[in-house]
Amino acid sequence: MIGKVDTAGPGLNHTTTAKLKRKRFVSDRVVPFLLLMPSFIATLLFVYAFIAWTVYVSFSNWDSVSIDLSFAGITNYINLFNDFRFLSGIRNNIVITVLFVAASIVMGIVLALAIDSKIKGEAFFRNLFIFPMAISSIVAGVVWQWLLNPTSGYNNILKALGVEDLPMWYISEQVLFSFPFRDVQFGIPVALFSVLLAICWQMTGFVMAMFLSGLRAIPDDYREAARLDGASELQIFWLVILPLLRPVMVSVVVMIGHISLKIFDLIYAMTGPGSAFMTDMPGVYMFETTFRGNHYGSGAAIATIILFCVSILIVPYLISQRRQEVDGR
Amino acid sequence: MFFVRKIALALLVMSLLFITACGGGTQQTGNSGQSSSTNTPATGSDSNNTNGENKVEIFSWWTTGGEATGLAALIDTFKKTYPDIEVINATVAGSAGSNAKAVLATRMQGGDPPDLFQVHAGAELNGSWVEAGKMESLNFLYEEEGWNEKFPKELLELISKDGEIYSVPLNVHRGNTMWYNKKIFEDNNLKVPETFEEFFDVATKLQEKGITPFGYGSKSDGDAGIVFDSVLVGTLGPDGYKQLFTGEKRFDSPEVIQAMETYLKMISFANKDHAARLNQDLGDMLLDGKVAMVIAGDWLNGYFTSLGKKPDVDYGFAVAPGNKGVYMFISDTFGLPIGAKHRDNTIKFLKVIGSVEGQDNFNRLKGSIPARIDAGHGDYDVYLKTQMENFKTHTLTPSFAHGSAAKEGFVVQEKDIMKRFLVEKNPQKAAQALQKAAEENGVSK
Repeated sequence: MIGKVDTAGPGLNHTTTAKLKRKRFVSDRVVPFLLLMPSFIATLLFVYAFIAWTVYVSFSNWDSVSIDLSFAGITNYINLFNDFRFLSGIRNNIVITVLFVAASIVMGIVLALAIDSKIKGEAFFRNLFIFPMAISSIVAGVVWQWLLNPTSGYNNILKALGVEDLPMWYISEQVLFSFPFRDVQFGIPVALFSVLLAICWQMTGFVMAMFLSGLRAIPDDYREAARLDGASELQIFWLVILPLLRPVMVSVVVMIGHISLKIFDLIYAMTGPGSAFMTDMPGVYMFETTFRGNHYGSGAAIATIILFCVSILIVPYLISQRRQEVDGR
Repeated sequence: MFFVRKIALALLVMSLLFITACGGGTQQTGNSGQSSSTNTPATGSDSNNTNGENKVEIFSWWTTGGEATGLAALIDTFKKTYPDIEVINATVAGSAGSNAKAVLATRMQGGDPPDLFQVHAGAELNGSWVEAGKMESLNFLYEEEGWNEKFPKELLELISKDGEIYSVPLNVHRGNTMWYNKKIFEDNNLKVPETFEEFFDVATKLQEKGITPFGYGSKSDGDAGIVFDSVLVGTLGPDGYKQLFTGEKRFDSPEVIQAMETYLKMISFANKDHAARLNQDLGDMLLDGKVAMVIAGDWLNGYFTSLGKKPDVDYGFAVAPGNKGVYMFISDTFGLPIGAKHRDNTIKFLKVIGSVEGQDNFNRLKGSIPARIDAGHGDYDVYLKTQMENFKTHTLTPSFAHGSAAKEGFVVQEKDIMKRFLVEKNPQKAAQALQKAAEENGVSK
């Protein structure tokens, strides 16, 4: 009885605070959880479940419009690595990725430095270079297809200038530094330089913008300190600025690299697989073999390989980012 | 607090709804896959315009020029008889249906077939949706309408499988037409070649005069494929050609290799930038006198007339070399998919497609000839009138490049093989690759 009397007051208090706490618990934990649920489920279903489904299909015998999910082992993959078109696509994709990453970084840094040097009309040039990104890849592809058409584009200007040996641009069948691998001539297909031109035109502005933001983040003190120590401008760039741009550089490589590995729309609109598959890419092959040829198993295998290549690039990046975050704390 | 809880509850309900909706979606696909394996026509109120909407959807890749106006005229013809039915005109752009076919595949597999969809006669339908059990037999319609006598026998054979007819042909195009620049031929006093030998003879003479004899474009596989089709049928003859697709003749047989050699020789007389050229470019080059001869499907005639040019006046036409008496046809047809949302309306539309009026209204504008032998009235140009005569008398052969002769899976591989062949120039190897692909796709044993 006594206890009851004693605890009556504070007990009431206790339960109300507990209720309040519980309410706070509900609002703190459950609400964010519920808010995340829809996108969580959507991602799980529309990204990861479909990736799993694609991988599953790539191990199946599905080779016509009627679904056949019987297990085929790695047949689809083996067939691909004996496939002239697929190997050509792999060659082209490696070449274009290396060239594109290298070219866009060099041009991006040069443009960013030029704009950062406090020239007149800075905003104008910045926008000028970023603008091509606003144009859809399909439109860019069609325009470059016309510009580089061997008989109707830039060649008309070259002809007027008296050039005898006109370039064949994207229909060239020449492969530089070629060596045979299985049936395919590996090396650098000349036709890919046309594609490189188009893709650099479109993406360099973006790379420039990233480097520009990187440059702006470097305090002027560093340069001044280096200058006081008697470093030349070139030395400042190589030994101070470039190392400080490293994090931006990594992001650029990952972003540009994965765009290039997955490339489809620009190629599809501009050249298609090209003469002798000189400009074919795994993405284009995947689309044609799956949705035109109804070779679903084989198409899924190509998709899986593309995903694997992209993850080689992205997973280490994500891990290093996470490590930085943890270290940062 | 109450407010927050309310939001949370609402979100929970939403995500639950979302999950069930998705679950429902997958279930549906599963079911449609199952029901399709039984090949019985859907009957009863269930399929009779399920949702009570009075609509019919027609799916095609006719988006530009004469094709689009022809389609509009066909829809108008339908509307005249059935003014209450709303026609949904679903088109997907892309030459020879390259993109439309991908969209169609997604819809068919997802259990959402369009009521009517454009498909080339022959293997393109039989080797795919008929084989997958997703099409309804139309024998009842043919009997009802008495169509069995109205279409050529060879065409009906092509659109049938195991005695069941699966589609209604709307039009007929010719793949093996050779177009030539009349002025070049007159100026140089040349005869239009009928055989391969004559072709090479003429080509050599033109080349000596500095004229590019042969206009060829390999940018589109379909355009390039038409040329190879004509050489193949010209070398093997119509019977030998058809045997390739029944498995009676092998693709690595000497005749096919010989056809490949002829094909290569023809291309050696062609414009060097062929990898960047499409049919239309060739048409322009022909009219400008930059090339003398072009082998292309007769949709090129539609392009010429759209430029205001007249057949037999501004440009000449003939049967491709070696193809005398052979009509390589490409026919657009429409079928009845199982699970069509508006089955009754679809059948009504199919009746219009198969009618003389519907065929004439469409084809006059599209620039093709009617598939019905008793149609063909009104102002068709001299080219089309010639084709109507030929269609009745020539031996009909299905086109390989356009999916009539063999199923799509094989056609796509053939195009890749021929693309590689153009560069490697190794007929033996290409023929063996073709044979292997034919076996993989069940065309040849």
